[in-house]
Amino acid sequence: MLDAKIPAGPLPEKWTDYKGHCKLVNPSNKRKLEVIIVGTGLAGASAAASLAELGYQVKAFCFQDSPRRTHSIAAQGGINAAKNYQNDGDSIFRLFYDTIKGGDYRAREANVHRLAEVSGNIIDQCVAQGVPFAREYGGLLSNRSFGGTQVQRTFYAAGQTGQQLLIGAYQALERQVALGNVKMYSRHEMLELVTIDGKARGIIARDLVSGALERHFGHAVLLCTGGYGNVFYLSTNAMGSNVTAAWKAHRNGAYFANPCFTQIHPTCIPVSGDHQSKLTLMSESLRNDGRIWVPAQKNDTRKPTDIAENERDYYLERRYPAFGNLVPRDVASRASKERCDEGYGVGTSKQAVYLDFADAIIRYGKIEISKEGKSNATLEEIIALGKEVVKEKYGNLFDMYEKITGENPYEVPMRIYPAVHYTMGGLWVDYELQTSIPGLYALGEANFSDHGANRLGASALMQGLADGYFVVPYTLGNNLADEIYNKPIATSHPAFEEAENKVSERIQKLMSIQGTQTVESFHKRLGKIIWNQCGMARTESGLKQAIADVQALKKEFWSDVRIPGVVNGMNPELDKANRVADFIELGELMCVDALNRNESCGGHFREEYQTPDGEALRDDANYMYVAAWQFADEHKWELHKEPLVYDVIKPSQRNYK
Amino acid sequence: MESDRTMEHYHMNLNLKVWRQPNSQTPGAFKLYRVENISSEMSFLEMFDVLNEQLIRDGEDPITFDHDCREGICGSCSMYINGKPHGPWAANTTCQLHMRAFHDGDTIVVEPWRANSFPVIKDLMVDRSAFDRIIQAGGYISVNTGNAVDGNSLPVPKDHADQAFAAAMCIGCGACVAACKNSSAMLFLSAKVSHLSLLPQGDPERSSRVVNMVAQMDKEGFGACTNTGACEATCPKEISIANIARLNKEYLLATLTAE
Repeated sequence: MLDAKIPAGPLPEKWTDYKGHCKLVNPSNKRKLEVIIVGTGLAGASAAASLAELGYQVKAFCFQDSPRRTHSIAAQGGINAAKNYQNDGDSIFRLFYDTIKGGDYRAREANVHRLAEVSGNIIDQCVAQGVPFAREYGGLLSNRSFGGTQVQRTFYAAGQTGQQLLIGAYQALERQVALGNVKMYSRHEMLELVTIDGKARGIIARDLVSGALERHFGHAVLLCTGGYGNVFYLSTNAMGSNVTAAWKAHRNGAYFANPCFTQIHPTCIPVSGDHQSKLTLMSESLRNDGRIWVPAQKNDTRKPTDIAENERDYYLERRYPAFGNLVPRDVASRASKERCDEGYGVGTSKQAVYLDFADAIIRYGKIEISKEGKSNATLEEIIALGKEVVKEKYGNLFDMYEKITGENPYEVPMRIYPAVHYTMGGLWVDYELQTSIPGLYALGEANFSDHGANRLGASALMQGLADGYFVVPYTLGNNLADEIYNKPIATSHPAFEEAENKVSERIQKLMSIQGTQTVESFHKRLGKIIWNQCGMARTESGLKQAIADVQALKKEFWSDVRIPGVVNGMNPELDKANRVADFIELGELMCVDALNRNESCGGHFREEYQTPDGEALRDDANYMYVAAWQFADEHKWELHKEPLVYDVIKPSQRNYK
Repeated sequence: MESDRTMEHYHMNLNLKVWRQPNSQTPGAFKLYRVENISSEMSFLEMFDVLNEQLIRDGEDPITFDHDCREGICGSCSMYINGKPHGPWAANTTCQLHMRAFHDGDTIVVEPWRANSFPVIKDLMVDRSAFDRIIQAGGYISVNTGNAVDGNSLPVPKDHADQAFAAAMCIGCGACVAACKNSSAMLFLSAKVSHLSLLPQGDPERSSRVVNMVAQMDKEGFGACTNTGACEATCPKEISIANIARLNKEYLLATLTAE
């Protein structure tokens, strides 16, 4: 049976109670314990720094050339915290409630409540590190709104919040490197997990420069390796983001939970052609000021500026008057798809909608004019001042849009379309963030725990840092307290030998195929299958077809892939092949999971299950559980169900109208 | 923005002169390649993807280069294009450069960052770990997790916060070093010193930070600054050279007041 180890007692006291009773490791014993951390984004860097500060010996790994480049850096909009600095009614309970509701009642109450409890500490910690959050003229921190909420609780640093938070965590990490408490392994990739007597005891990593395989021991292993959105090929993830470390853990016995829960972000720059290698997000914060619309008549090819106000359909404002353009991501994405599928899409591909700032520019311009005390300003003057305000708020995003599309969004509305952005699913973890393999932990996007079937904006940064700064330093100690008697295991142990041989054989096998098709071409084909059948809308027949297609693709990959270069040296194509091979297997599991879940919830929309007005229709009687999949054999998984129990919140049909 | 930009979509054939170098020990050389039917809507790195797919199919070794986020924020990409770090567009990274900057028949020269402190690993990929070691020397505020007071207990004047943010936008790509005739890392270093010394939180370590970071920069072999401003002109995040003036002031204050 799956035991989530949720502490007993009333919800608001569970975490306090846990912290008051968990086991501790004394400082001299911490020095004898080694911890491996794979991935150094927000979750990994914050965990590495915090654990090293406590005295553990940390080894941290990232595939990038520096931990400062991990993909958390690309997060734009902000980070939520229940500070209630705006006096607008926010509280820990409200952040907890919004997150559970936003996740369409498929997340664990205890985990989410803890997340809301520590959210304020994160802001304090980051400010102390020197993270330059946006501030008001009085010198205090500024907030803005994000989707799915009616309070202003999002802290931000222009459109580069992820960058600033990551640099904060990176600097804390580098300080520990300088102190000798962390040994950093950049340009390294974990290719196998080592388990001894059922416990995670180390990893096999490939030095991506020399090609050498290395063995590393740890009393515990923390996977902070991010999400698996690149299974779709096109996503807003970085080119290198991958599922390999998590997948190795899965194949070694760690359960993979809710893999079909993926987030399609509503506001991304549309695909421009077959050459496209990745998609770029336009922050959700833009929906604070931008209005989303399509022409009211089908196949309208006029320029957007030529379409009069009464010939436009602001469909989010029309369908969801209470939340308007700030509905949650899953709702906004589906609404865009619905309009485009019906023939109202814009741009050459007709797979786009407008995000328009004209109103905001005039609104801000008028405020500036009144600040200056002018009475008879011209429209041009108002627009000029309004543009300045918009530039200060979103300048970097507007520049980015212009570089990619060649269009000036201050003059013409942005064209946007949904794109794969985040994965709520991930390795199953208990309340302590431990996977089903003792000694193996998963933090941040790599685990499944806090966002249910849909993540609210500005919550990913919050969760990554909560796990790393404020959760794992306690929960890891609770388990490592029993490890103080265990000396480090020499990496000559047969389990390390066996794991290294496994990696080496797989690499030899990949290199020996010498087929005709490139790794990239397989990745593209996989992405198309998953996007078409396991993307924004899913059906039973489509998913069945996708499973067959992915299985066939796997066969073809392993018989016809062509990888150039050498094993003992730098070989980015080989690295990519290792990742794509795992994505193919994951892709199959995603479809299996989506097929099993005969309901619609959050980002998982099964066309067979919808309300008369096209909203997701949950089946709480049969599917109010976490689907945790255990790897059994090739193409075979065993399903374990963790029932979700709502003690405090009463699940209802989500309503943003 | 850029004058050579156009909305019109077109295709082009290009000649590429690319630096190939097997590793840091072996000398490298330029090699010529031709790519055809490149869309003006592609990014520069997508054009390299096309070339690499072509090389793999032809049984040749694809070109190695650093890249990751492809949206101008991670600082991985680092190509020296037609004599300029990150190519012809101002305030731009290689990954955000799009092919509408070029025309049919162009020859494009692509080199790695050139600086002794950034040794070539392979082809266009260099080792920038010196930057991490400069940060290790003091580019942080020493505050352990859990020590923080309430975020609003320490008001920071908006203009200080804004200036600190403008400096903290540095992506650590190293274009400033590559553009400098002396291979100086002063813009990179000064951005971090400015970011932290402009904030009250950074004050306690203000003196030791600047002294230690400058010492590490010198140890890594970066050259001196002669104020030519090439770094500022090439910086994808438009980090101002005023930060170098602030660094000099901070360094002078720290060394003159040292015990």
